[in-house]
Amino acid sequence: MATEAAPARAARLVPDLRRRHRNERIIGGVLVLCSAVSILTTVGIVAVLLYESAAFFRHVPVLEFLTGRKWTPMFIDQSFGVLPLLTGSLLIAAGAALVALPLGLAAAIYLSEYAKENVRRVLKPVLEILAGIPTVVYGFFALTFVTPIIRTIWPQTDVYNALSASIVMGIMIIPMVSSLSEDAMSAVPRSLREGAYALGATKFEVATRTVLPAALSGVIASFILAVSRAIGETMIVTIAAGGQANLTLNPLRSVQTMTAYIAQTATGELAHGSIEYQTIFAVGLTLFGITLIMNIISIAVLRRFREVYE
Amino acid sequence: MIRPRAGQPLQGVPPVSPAPAVGGGGPEPHPAVQRDPSRFSARLRRRSAAGVVFHVVCLLSTLVGVVVLVVLLVDVVATGGGRLSWEFLNGFPSRFAARAGLKPAIVGSIWTLALTGIIAFPLGVGTAVWLEEYAPASRLKTIVETNISNLAGVPSIVYGMLGLAVFVRYLALGRSILAGALTLALLVLPVIIIASQEAIKAVPGSIRLGAYALGATKWEVIRHHVFPLALPGILTGTILALSRAIGEAAPLIVVGALAFVPFVPTSPTDPFTVIPIQIYNWVSRPQAEFQELAAAASIVLLVLLLSLNAAAILLRNRYSRRN
Repeated sequence: MATEAAPARAARLVPDLRRRHRNERIIGGVLVLCSAVSILTTVGIVAVLLYESAAFFRHVPVLEFLTGRKWTPMFIDQSFGVLPLLTGSLLIAAGAALVALPLGLAAAIYLSEYAKENVRRVLKPVLEILAGIPTVVYGFFALTFVTPIIRTIWPQTDVYNALSASIVMGIMIIPMVSSLSEDAMSAVPRSLREGAYALGATKFEVATRTVLPAALSGVIASFILAVSRAIGETMIVTIAAGGQANLTLNPLRSVQTMTAYIAQTATGELAHGSIEYQTIFAVGLTLFGITLIMNIISIAVLRRFREVYE
Repeated sequence: MIRPRAGQPLQGVPPVSPAPAVGGGGPEPHPAVQRDPSRFSARLRRRSAAGVVFHVVCLLSTLVGVVVLVVLLVDVVATGGGRLSWEFLNGFPSRFAARAGLKPAIVGSIWTLALTGIIAFPLGVGTAVWLEEYAPASRLKTIVETNISNLAGVPSIVYGMLGLAVFVRYLALGRSILAGALTLALLVLPVIIIASQEAIKAVPGSIRLGAYALGATKWEVIRHHVFPLALPGILTGTILALSRAIGEAAPLIVVGALAFVPFVPTSPTDPFTVIPIQIYNWVSRPQAEFQELAAAASIVLLVLLLSLNAAAILLRNRYSRRN
């Protein structure tokens, strides 16, 4: 190289540079295409749900779907009222929230305000394992461990019941509440805590009256996300809550959620284009709409009410 | 809050209260002077007692999750441990619990997982690189990022319906491993993108500037300098995303993974089942023997998950030690 004449080197550099710059343009294009996949996924979901639902709503008026109190698409006497499924989903999500919100919030306060660093380093990942256990395993646990316990307390309980699924799902979403809330609390500046201590507040008062209000947006966002996750969860309810679309608020009865209906219906050989095939998309659209709205609200809450310090 | 308020009446007291004190000698000082210290300390005791109770309640709440986790693991191992055997791992499903095995599901899970990784990894990393290194701070970038965080919250079964309509029907892939893997790849894509973005953000800007100063083009900077440094973080995120994919049953049920597969899949276009769906199938049967099989399959699934997570933790530790 050292003996090569300068013009010769330059002559080689120019096509080399040209090649490198052409590569740049290709790479840039490829990367844009990669990013387009995530947009296309959203477009695809919305398009598929709307397209198949539109076919469904040609047979069943939207109003009948939204206000009907009977869901029997597989019977000869077909009814397409989504209320039993909706109530089932909300009943179980509410039960899960009753378990997860207090426990998760208390755990977040403990981890953020009370736990020593070495305790926190162990407890936090252990709690997060709960979110990583496959949901079929939770379903197994709900059906074979929790349900028998419930049935010894209340013998009239159905084998498949909402309560068991609620409790287990509540346990599953504890880490969603505790991790996000703890992050929000840890982000509250030390000076706020010290100010409260200087005014004579106890640790309890600092945690509940200074840190918690300051972290409230994060805590509420975590609540909404956790409940949205509970509404969208499938396997626990499919295994433990049953397949009867009962319109009931009794947690000891068997209920069918929107997700369980989709999973239980889609397992069979569904004829493409049949009304049964279209029902899963109409139910899926309802499910998608509800969870999307909740996710948007939680993101908005985080942005809108974030306390900005410093 | 309490002290200054208690102090204020004290300052206002002298003109009034000394007079009776001089006159009678007997009457007590102003009530505020006498009562406040004892009320204050009683209240303080109450406040610190509330603090202790609250501390214990919070600790117990944290432990509920830990205890349930232990109970769940013990229950699964106690129920299924006895069913674990070479015959179980190497056998095919059967109507008879004693002869039933998990082999097609294990092979199906590995196929699905590998394909999911192969599809999702380049797409996820490519998107992250574009967002972090290429995209100008524009509306488009905001839209893509908001879209990704919304996708992360879409229920997994909805992805299954997308897969059913697009991959199984429209692209006519049928109820195959490939259709399942494509569906799962879209499902875990947001996780990989977000983890990769974090890893790329953590690469110091000085490294990029140094490479640019030596005449490297943008892609060369990313390929030779940013990417190697971000790789451990990206791989950790990818493994965690795959550990989510391996436990998913709902989207694959909709896409059409079968419950009864008496053969080992050998190509991406074969019909298939995965471990979670086999567990679902067994747990749905009333006989106790099948519940035990479900527990045994759960142990296999949890061991696979554990190994994936251990790999992720090892990677992360090696990474943080080097920094």
